[in-house]
Amino acid sequence: MTTMAERRPLQQAHPVGRPVYEIARLSKTYASNQLVALADVNLTLREGEFVSVVGSSGCGKSTLLKIMSGLSPPTAGRVMLEGRPVTGSRPDIGIMFQQATLLPWKTTIENIVLPIEIRQGRAAARAALPRAHDLLALVGLKDFANVYPGELSGGMAQRASICRMLISEPAVLLLDEPFSALDELTRDHMNMELQRICREANATAFLVTHSLAEAVILSDRVLVMKPRPGRVEEEVTIDLPRPRRLEMINTPEFGRIVAHIRALLDREGA
Amino acid sequence: MTDSRFDAAPDAQDGDTVWVEQVALIDAIPRWLAMSLLFIAVVGLWQIVTSMGWVSPIILPSPGETLEDLIFVGRNLISGDYMLSALWTTTRTVFWGFVIATTIGFTLGVLVGETKFGERALLPYLVAIDTMPKVAFAPLFIAWLGFDIASKVALAAFIATFPIVVATAAGLYAASENERMLFKAMGATRMQTLLRLKLPTGLPYMFTGLKIAAVGVMAGAITGEFLGGGKGFGALIRQSASQMDTPRVFALILYLSLLGLLLYFVVVWAQRKFVFWNKDERTGAIG
Ligand SMILES: Nc1ncnc2c1ncn2[C@@H]1O[C@H](COP(=O)(O)OP(=O)(O)OP(=O)(O)O)[C@@H](O)[C@H]1O
Ligand SMILES: [Mg+2]
Repeated sequence: MTTMAERRPLQQAHPVGRPVYEIARLSKTYASNQLVALADVNLTLREGEFVSVVGSSGCGKSTLLKIMSGLSPPTAGRVMLEGRPVTGSRPDIGIMFQQATLLPWKTTIENIVLPIEIRQGRAAARAALPRAHDLLALVGLKDFANVYPGELSGGMAQRASICRMLISEPAVLLLDEPFSALDELTRDHMNMELQRICREANATAFLVTHSLAEAVILSDRVLVMKPRPGRVEEEVTIDLPRPRRLEMINTPEFGRIVAHIRALLDREGA
Repeated sequence: MTDSRFDAAPDAQDGDTVWVEQVALIDAIPRWLAMSLLFIAVVGLWQIVTSMGWVSPIILPSPGETLEDLIFVGRNLISGDYMLSALWTTTRTVFWGFVIATTIGFTLGVLVGETKFGERALLPYLVAIDTMPKVAFAPLFIAWLGFDIASKVALAAFIATFPIVVATAAGLYAASENERMLFKAMGATRMQTLLRLKLPTGLPYMFTGLKIAAVGVMAGAITGEFLGGGKGFGALIRQSASQMDTPRVFALILYLSLLGLLLYFVVVWAQRKFVFWNKDERTGAIG
């Protein structure tokens, strides 16, 4: 495995925490079409770590995320979270899907407290409203709390669904292209907010993205996936100092890392 | 800046409007006017056909004769005479038929749409019964329940149940994979997923089923009254028809259709109220 650290030792970007997620020999074959979506994936996420996955469309990133969140069962292998096997949904996992998926008959704020309402009932959901408003303000939607999702743009809906994920204060965040519908400026802003939230909560994050710059600016490690069968081919450690700032994007070091990952992705045209 | 290939008109100046939306004539006039124009055209044609003597008045009475009977029946209804009690009988039949069809249809629909038993064991039977000509059951209902209102209610409900079953089951399947996954991720129970996700998602489908049922329940009630006698509007129509009183039949059918319209628009009103997030205009009154 190639790491930038080997070439250019920097200060330790992040303290090495205890392992939170442990994934070993994971594989997934979809029964319906006998498609091997994942083959022999091994992965450990440590507490407070931020790991991104990049890879071409259809290489199995969403599949990996769904298995990690306990929403779909693996064909073989093991997925452990906090020492316990993941066999179904867990309250300590926050997941954000590729599509925002807000319920059209609930206002934005009602959508955000929905996880609380489902798990702890209406009274708890009502009690969570002030926090939901804070989260909405954080993502720049405070004027849209009582609007129905039909009136939100795609990017606004994505931001609302981030709030919905954060409302239950999960220890692990699984993010499937959370900002794909945002313009670049908002996206940069949201990324910095995401970094801050993760640091404050010491949350462990796992991000699927198509933006190499986004992966590098946020992550401690970037995994490069290859398709057919889906597998983690390379792992690149990002040794940029923390906290990361947007200006870092313009440094030569940053450019070198992005170019390196791009070369890894390009290899054998996959 | 300007690329000549994209210029709509060769003589277009900067800032000229070169392409505007064309509004068709029929879109430009208000709806009530469009409807009135069509009404006048049809009645005019009707008047011509009858006054030229092209068809016998027993087959098609003139608009004037029909209007006379319309007024006569209207007076009778307002004065609370026997026609009003007939209309009331039919209204009760339609109401109870609709209520029973909705209750049974919804229950069976949830069974089919939500349980494996319903989908695998129940559904084939329902499909088999649905393909039968349901009016053929009318004599059975009369034999079982007599010539009173009950047998007509049964037939009306029987006809109207199936569209509700199908629509409810289809509605419960309508929630997307992503929405189901969201509820799974939130740790929702099966009941929570049904009540908070699948039923609301399915509401537009269910209302479509209710609209079809509203039409079916009318047809069932009148058919029942044709075949089983009794004191309803259907019996009045049959009686007038047997006396070759065609204008009266026309008038009675018109008043009857008001009852059908009323039921239909109650459903549309409920849909507007309960499915407020579905802003698709076209499905408002028709779909
Ligand atoms: N439910 C399913 N049944 C069968 N095959 C599936 C299913 N879901 C995904 N696949 C297949 O598995 C492969 C991986 O899909 P996945 O959604 O994980 O890709 P991805 O890396 O997230 O792609 P993208 O970047 O486009 O979101 C694809 O080839 C896809 O066709
Ligand atoms: Mg995906």
